[in-house]
This record gives sequence, structure tokens and C-alpha cells, in this order.
Amino acid sequence: MKLLAESPSPTPQVVHYLGNLARAVGLPLVGVAVFLFLWSAAASRIDTSLGQFPGPVGVWEQSGNLYAEHVEQRQRADAFYERQDKRNAEKLAKNPDYIPKQRAYTGKPTFFDQIGTSLFTVMTGFLLATLIAVPLGIVIGLSQGLYAAFNPLIQLFKPVSPLAWLPLVTLVVSALYVTDDPLVPKSFLNSMFTVMLCSIWPTIVNTAVGVANVSQDYVNVSRVLRLGPLTHVFKVVLPSSIPMIFTGLRLSLSIAWMVLIAAEMLAQNPGLGKFVWDEFQNGSSDSLGRIMVAVLVIGAIGFLLDRGMLLLQRAVSWDKAVNLR
Amino acid sequence: MSSNPHLVVDHVSMSFDTPRGSFNALDDVHLKIAKGEFVSLIGHSGCGKSTVLNVVAGLLRASRGGVVLNGQEVTEPGPERAVVFQNHSLFPWLTTYQNVELGVKQVFRGKKSRAEMRDWIEHNLAMVHMEHAMDKRPDEISGGMKQRVGIARALAMEPEVLLMDEPFGALDALTRAHLQDSLMEIHATLGNTVIMITHDVDEAVLLSDRIVMMTNGPAATIGEILTVDLERPRDRIALSDDPAYNSYRHSVLEFLYEKQRKVEDLGSHRKTSSKTSVSSEVA
Repeated sequence: MKLLAESPSPTPQVVHYLGNLARAVGLPLVGVAVFLFLWSAAASRIDTSLGQFPGPVGVWEQSGNLYAEHVEQRQRADAFYERQDKRNAEKLAKNPDYIPKQRAYTGKPTFFDQIGTSLFTVMTGFLLATLIAVPLGIVIGLSQGLYAAFNPLIQLFKPVSPLAWLPLVTLVVSALYVTDDPLVPKSFLNSMFTVMLCSIWPTIVNTAVGVANVSQDYVNVSRVLRLGPLTHVFKVVLPSSIPMIFTGLRLSLSIAWMVLIAAEMLAQNPGLGKFVWDEFQNGSSDSLGRIMVAVLVIGAIGFLLDRGMLLLQRAVSWDKAVNLR
Repeated sequence: MSSNPHLVVDHVSMSFDTPRGSFNALDDVHLKIAKGEFVSLIGHSGCGKSTVLNVVAGLLRASRGGVVLNGQEVTEPGPERAVVFQNHSLFPWLTTYQNVELGVKQVFRGKKSRAEMRDWIEHNLAMVHMEHAMDKRPDEISGGMKQRVGIARALAMEPEVLLMDEPFGALDALTRAHLQDSLMEIHATLGNTVIMITHDVDEAVLLSDRIVMMTNGPAATIGEILTVDLERPRDRIALSDDPAYNSYRHSVLEFLYEKQRKVEDLGSHRKTSSKTSVSSEVA
């Protein structure tokens, strides 16, 4: 006994470490396994007009198919551009005055293209919303009068569904965005503005609340130091409200992502929402499996976007006590 | 006291508007303070000590009367009347160095070069023995250290008057004693005028040239002023046996616990007990 006590064995630590590992990795795995089991059990009992509801295995197969289709489309596109370059080179050799024509490949966008489009749209819409919401929130939060003036409007527009905005946005964009050589497609603007209009509110509200609730002690310090209004905002108000601003940004981003899928579906704008709708209309026996892949991917991307914001918050904020939830 | 006083708290009265009508917090507080004098304000909780300090700081405007510093009326807060706040009020997103720097940049913009400012900030942090923690953030240092930095931030603005609102109230007795010694040292070196609010009778006697004792509110005013005529530098251990020191203590205690004995019901006593118990415990 004495010997054992004198030479401390690493065993308890290892056991403790393994215990933590089991909790951190094992429990989520158990959760996933139970979900997969229930899913496949339920799926085998649901018969739809498009055949049996896909279980985990079917969905896994479809994700493989979607990837294969993507690779195939890329190869076709590469081949197309190769042929075009070759043709142009030949024509140029025959006639040095010939101006080569470059045409874009017009294949159907694949699942992965749609993911890219959706991500780009949501990020632009969200960035635009942030650029408006944070300064506006600061201004509103600094003045009780402005807060009183803006608050009813914010409360009115905050709960509006994207589906209600979408027709208005579409018509306004069509009316105002008239150009022969569009830099970006109209459908992109429709989705982006809808995302912006729906996701702007949590950031405005949280920024304003954060700014309005800057500790009176900090304000007093600022007054004793006679900080100018701009220095006061940038050195005291803004850092002090960073945690609240990020709470708003995270809410905004998750709303933006949800809104985007709905907007793409309804307006047939390119993106994951359109992919889901197209598959639904397509009505093949694979469709349900492919939609289920999209559902899982949408969820995963939403989760990653939120984690990204959290990491950004940790990098930017002085308040390191933010918990990872 | 000189014929042309440095700082005058001139018949200051203060009333606040409350839903139940106007509340008269201070009534005709009149006090003249000489340059370099160390004055403590002592009194029970809620007697308006902080209000007096905030009026001198310019954070509050008096309802009647006013404050005159070097012949000029105080109308707004400013770095020449630096405040050391009770809860230190350091910005948690700035390091120790940056917290001090914010004030220094504000006061010495155009007067000191970058390098001179850095030396000055480091000098002030060294004065409160915090030069080792310049790059630490407030949540990485102890309460006593934070209060030291708060003092350094105030001193670095080269204030004519240093206003301290219970600066050591939230600290343990040992840390408090250390900081009191540091403060005496700094005051001996720089000779700033200091107004300090305290609940601690020993602290008041040890540090002050004069102790201003306030009556209980509402309509609080100055009850008595005690001139503490003890030779500096003062040593807390030697003084603890000094009959003069003990008679000063006795006067203050008598004022607080006999003349201005606070009659409270149990409910309000509970709220204030944490604050008052500090002084009675030490006393």
C-alpha cells in the first residue's frame, strides 16, 4: 500500500480523461445513433406518393449521387471550355482579326453550386444588414428620444415574415434595377434584400439595448476625462456593448439563413431553397432522399454559421466568458 | 488657511425630484479647503457624502450654491478634479496601461510627446506599485490592484483635486492598510488636494488634515469639523498608542454613535448593515 502511494500511477488521471472523452464524444454519438434508428424505423412505415420515405441509407446514397452529378457537371464544363478555347484558337490562326467569343457554360447548377449561391447570398444580405443595424442601433441607443421614436417601428417590422416582404421586394427591385448589363442577377437582389429586411431587427434592438445600458460608472469616467463624443462612442460605448451586439448578430444570422431558404423556395431564386422546390416538383423516386440531404446540409450550415459568429465574438470581444452554446 | 481659498464648496444645497415630490438631500453645505489639504467626509450611509463629492466633481449640479476652484465656478466634470470611484470603474476591455493612457492622452495631447506620455504612464503605475501588471486586464488582477490602477489613472491626469469615493471600502483590512500607506506617501510627494469619503474612523484620522462629519439626511449638512493635528509622516503602529490620536478617534466615534446615532428600523438596517458594519467593526 505504501509503495503504491509513493509512486503515483497515472491510472486515475487516464481514467478521468477517458471519462471526459466518453462524455464529450460518446453521449452525442449515442444521441445520433438513437435518432438514426428511430428515423429508419419510422421511414420504413411511411409510404408517400413518391414511394417509401427515405431512411438513413437512402439519404446517404443520394448524397453520393449528388456529389457524382456535381463532378460530372464540372467535367462537362471543363470539356466545354476546352472545346471553346480550341475553336477560338483555330479561328484566330486562320483570321488574325477575329475577336474570340467567350460563352459561359449553361449547364444546370448542381447541389454544390446551389450551396455556394445560398452562402454568398446570406453573407451579403447579413453584412448589409449589419452595416445598417449596428450604427443605427448605436444612434438609437444613445438617445432616449430616438429610442422612443424608433421603438414602435422596430416592434412593428420585427415579426414580419419573409414571405410578406418578398413580393414587395421583387416588384421594387424590378422597378428600380433596370439595366441592360446587370452586374448581379435580379434574383440575387431579391433574396438578399429579403434576407436583409428580416434579419436586421435583432441586431438593431440588441445594439440599442447594449448602448443604452452602458454602466453609469463608465459614463462618469468618460465625463471626468472629458472624452469627445466620438471618442466616447468608440472607446467606451462600443466596447461596452460588444457582447450585446454579438448576441444580436448571432440571432440575425440564424434568422437570415432560415429566411433565405424560404425566399429562394418561394421566388425560385437560385440556391438551396430552389433545389428543394425543384426536387419536390420533379417527383422522382429519388426526390425525397435528395430533399432530405438538403435538409441536413441546411441544418449543418446553419450550425457552422453560428459557431463561426461565436468564434468571431471570442476573437473580438474583451468578454472571454461567453459560453459556447 | 490662506485668505484666498483654493476650493470652496459654497453653501451647496441639493434636492432631487422624486415621484413623491422633491427630496432635500443636502442643506447648505459650506466648506473651504486649502491647497494640498487632505479632507475626509464621514457620516452614516445616505447622508449625502457622495452627493457632495459628485457636486465637486461636476457630475451633479447643485440646486443652490456651487463649487469654486481657484476662483472659477465648476460647471462640468474635468480631469483637474479627478475621481477615484468606489468600484474602481476601470474599463474591462483595456489593459492597465491603456486605462491610464486614456486619461493621459486626453490631458496631455499636444503637450507631451508619445515617449514622454509612455514614461509618464509608467511612472504613475510605478507610484502605485503596479508596473508589473501593465499589460493585464482588470479581470486578471485583484480588487486591491484594480483600486491602485484607479488611483494611478486619476493621478496621471495631474489633478489639482483628487476626489475619492470610499476608495478602499470594498477591500480587505490588510490591503486597505497597504493602500492607505501608499496614499499617504503619494500625498506627501505630490501635495494634491484630496477629498475622500470614508466610513472608516481609523482611516479618517490616520489620513486627514481635517475630518468633516456630516449629519444624517434628509437635509444633511456639516455637523462638526475636526482638525487632526498629528505630525506627518504618520505611522499607524506608533499612533495606535498615541493619546492624541485616540482622542481624535473618540471625537469622531462620539459624533457618529451618540450625537448622530442613526435610528433605523430593521428593514433599512439590513440594507445598510454591510456598509455600517465596516466602520463599527474597525472601531
